[in-house]
Amino acid sequence: MQRRVIFDNKLLPYLLLAPQVAVTLIFFIWPASQAVWQSVHIQDAFGLRSEFVWFENFTAILSDPNYVGTLRITAVFSLSVAVLSMAVALLLAALADAKIKGAAVYKTLLIWPYALAPAVAAVLWMFIFNPEIGSLGRLLNAMGYNWDYRLNGDQALTMVILAASWKQVSYNFIFFLAGLQAIPRSVLEAANIDGAGPVRRFWTITFPLLSPTTFFLLVVDMVYAFCETFGTIHALTHGGPGKATETLIFRVYQDGVVNNDLGASSAQSVLLMVILIVLTTIQFRFVERKVHYS
Amino acid sequence: MSNEHTAGPHSVGRRLIDLVPHIVLIVGVLIFAFPIYVTLIGSTWDAATIGRGSLPMTPGGEAWTNYSQAWSESHGERASYTPVRLMLMNSLIMALSIAVGKIAISILSAYAVAFFRFPLRMVFFWMIFITLMLPVEVRIIPTYKVVADLGMIDSYAGLAIPLIASATATLLFRQFFLTIPDELVEAAKIDGAGPLRFFFDILLPLSKTNIAALFVILFIYGWNQYLWPLLVTNSADMETIVIGITKMIGTGEAANDWNLIMATTVMAMLPPVAVVVFMQRWFIKGLVDSEK
Amino acid sequence: MATVEIKNVRKSYGPVEAIKGIDIAIQDGEFLVLLGPSGCGKSTLLRMVAGLESITGGQVVIGGRVVNDLEPKDRDIAMVFQNYALYPHMSVFDNMAYGLKIRGVDKAEIESRVAKAAEILELGRFLTRRPSQLSGGQRQRVAMGRAIVREPAAFLFDEPLSNLDAKLRTQMRIEIKRLQDRLGITSLYVTHDQVEAMTLADRVLVMNHGVAEQIGTPLEVYQRPASLFVAGFIGSPPMNVLDAVIDPSGQGVMMPGGALLPLARPRPNDANRPVKLGIRPEHLAINEDGLDTSPVLVELVEALGADTVVYGRLPDGEPLLIRMSGLPSCTEGDRLAVAPQPGALHLFDTATGRRLED
Repeated sequence: MQRRVIFDNKLLPYLLLAPQVAVTLIFFIWPASQAVWQSVHIQDAFGLRSEFVWFENFTAILSDPNYVGTLRITAVFSLSVAVLSMAVALLLAALADAKIKGAAVYKTLLIWPYALAPAVAAVLWMFIFNPEIGSLGRLLNAMGYNWDYRLNGDQALTMVILAASWKQVSYNFIFFLAGLQAIPRSVLEAANIDGAGPVRRFWTITFPLLSPTTFFLLVVDMVYAFCETFGTIHALTHGGPGKATETLIFRVYQDGVVNNDLGASSAQSVLLMVILIVLTTIQFRFVERKVHYS
Repeated sequence: MSNEHTAGPHSVGRRLIDLVPHIVLIVGVLIFAFPIYVTLIGSTWDAATIGRGSLPMTPGGEAWTNYSQAWSESHGERASYTPVRLMLMNSLIMALSIAVGKIAISILSAYAVAFFRFPLRMVFFWMIFITLMLPVEVRIIPTYKVVADLGMIDSYAGLAIPLIASATATLLFRQFFLTIPDELVEAAKIDGAGPLRFFFDILLPLSKTNIAALFVILFIYGWNQYLWPLLVTNSADMETIVIGITKMIGTGEAANDWNLIMATTVMAMLPPVAVVVFMQRWFIKGLVDSEK
Repeated sequence: MATVEIKNVRKSYGPVEAIKGIDIAIQDGEFLVLLGPSGCGKSTLLRMVAGLESITGGQVVIGGRVVNDLEPKDRDIAMVFQNYALYPHMSVFDNMAYGLKIRGVDKAEIESRVAKAAEILELGRFLTRRPSQLSGGQRQRVAMGRAIVREPAAFLFDEPLSNLDAKLRTQMRIEIKRLQDRLGITSLYVTHDQVEAMTLADRVLVMNHGVAEQIGTPLEVYQRPASLFVAGFIGSPPMNVLDAVIDPSGQGVMMPGGALLPLARPRPNDANRPVKLGIRPEHLAINEDGLDTSPVLVELVEALGADTVVYGRLPDGEPLLIRMSGLPSCTEGDRLAVAPQPGALHLFDTATGRRLED
């Protein structure tokens, strides 16, 4: 936990910590506790008095069918993004890890999308799938398929899932590749000598050995889908049509910023924090079991 | 074809199988490159061509017009925008402040936690640690209130400072500091170095690669911020480029200045993509290390 | 140039006492080796002199100054570490110069001191290199250079040769010896290697479980080990230790098998006293006459070329090591009559393990 050799100094460590602690207190701890406080109070119309109401705000939002719908959409959206981006990344990483010519080039050509903002990735997809200006969007319509993600809720959800996954593939690719490279060659060679073909080797040896990476990425991708994809949705659909692509974060933004309803948004913020804390705790519970990247 | 032929390592069948990985990887690369290509092409045509949905697959002749207009002018054909040069400046200031700020305060606190023993050490450590669990998105409304109360709306400070606490970077530096041999610290003590001299003369130079690696991922993190700048900037002069693009697009009408939007998008992508491509080694190290 | 005095120095970690009161005065220019097995407290003692560990009790005095409460940098000492502890991002020159720069020594002086040290250590060609570009032996020399340029009151060495391979270790050992002879700086040297201790030391302090078992010149420690521990620790292969009894007349000592060995000096007062009898393997010889000696059954013969080590067993089953010079003259299964050389017997108290003085 700590090194044996240390410096003796009474004041200095506090000075060194001061900036980080100040930022944490002012912009993390204080607002988070504010949110918790507000989530169990109701303010009167003038904001003069507030009354302690236990979990009333929570029961209110959780019994709101709209909010439950948002929860469902968030779950579908996050899981789809995680599974889709991981599946594609694993396929590409497994191929790029094999000893083929130009593996390094493929690697470079596959990792750069990490640099794109989710909102920018969404905009790129719009350039292609917009039913009026996008080439593929127009092509779908020309083929007789009625494509307009701005009007059709399912199409909108598909669109944001694809755009969000597209951007996340490169991140997963980097980690899968690192995980694959950490698997000892001798294990695979032993399986080869035992007579397992490449596909069988992958599913019986490689994939189980990658499971720590897979699990880690599942959590990271869920967190990504929860938080960072706000930009994707804001750029593409604004949560619409209707509420077809409204995720939890987007709804907090809508209620808190656009509709200025602080009570409801505080309870939502607290719920979000709880979900995030659960997710990161799971991640850290399993952190020791993760593969060691060389 | 006989069995002997298909079994041979150089047979036609075998060669086709060898091609499969390449084909799949090339398809993958194309899926990632295609939208970029379309955007690049689009940024060289006029708005009407794009708006009609008849964008060709080859470059047009409007590149210079589009880019120079987007770069410096605040008016398109159909609406007014913040010039790209201003938005790029804002994004650059935000990304650099976040990256440098995170690294600076994290390396200092990691130094305190790893090299000193003092009351409340673990309290501070855990306090920093829990920030890992609360990304800005989930505490956006209460944090916004604090920033508004402090009068930091529409300022670079408001854009960057609330985002510079970093448990990830602190943990990474602490991890690295714990690998520094005790004898090196003792040798420095005997040479007469105090804690500050040790920090600047020994620890900081030794952390160079870690700093470079973190810089790459934190710069991208900062550059790509969306929800936070959307909230804390109202004035057009403070707009970052990522926000600027979606504002230009609005609801995605066909009648937009698509040529300018696409040129702006290209310029918005260039800095972070360049950082990733040119600092690939550090970028991968930073990414993989900081998630350990 | 200075003396280093260690006065009843103690170290406790909570209730555990790691150093139980060590006393020694190291003369100006003396080379003292702290020798003992790992965990005996020798490194802790050195680190207390350096100021890297706090001192629980007693005093450390360097050059007449009590340094208990001084920082390492103010103690006028330099230290060479086992893993070299070179600054990896600095050149050889900067590694050596760093301590001088911090002390504000002026530039010309730094350059001349580093140049001088580099010349002594034959590092002149490597001054611009990084530690990672040097071999183990060169790194060790840089670590010594860093100590030399400081011109300190005392050198502290913490197992400086342990990370080197056997051949290099021998070579560096000789270099350290030469260096110390040339510079004449008071030195404290921690090692668990008895060969280093024997070859380098003016005096050896043998430590075990936080106490000084013996302080003496290398030959004293070898010839007159003060305790069973020292007897077993110094010498290779280790000393044979047998249960024996002083005979009723006090003229000799009776072996378990019944053989009687004459004592160089009679001990009439100790008649019939049980003792531990120590005999070094190299002090046993095959007795051609076969008289008054126990027959030893040869179990294993190791021919080392210059020497031969015989693993034998006495009639009562006790193992006995014999070291002879030259090639083996016996084989497994032989029975040998062996006898100690005159005056080569060491007697120790069975309870305390302390030497029974003549």
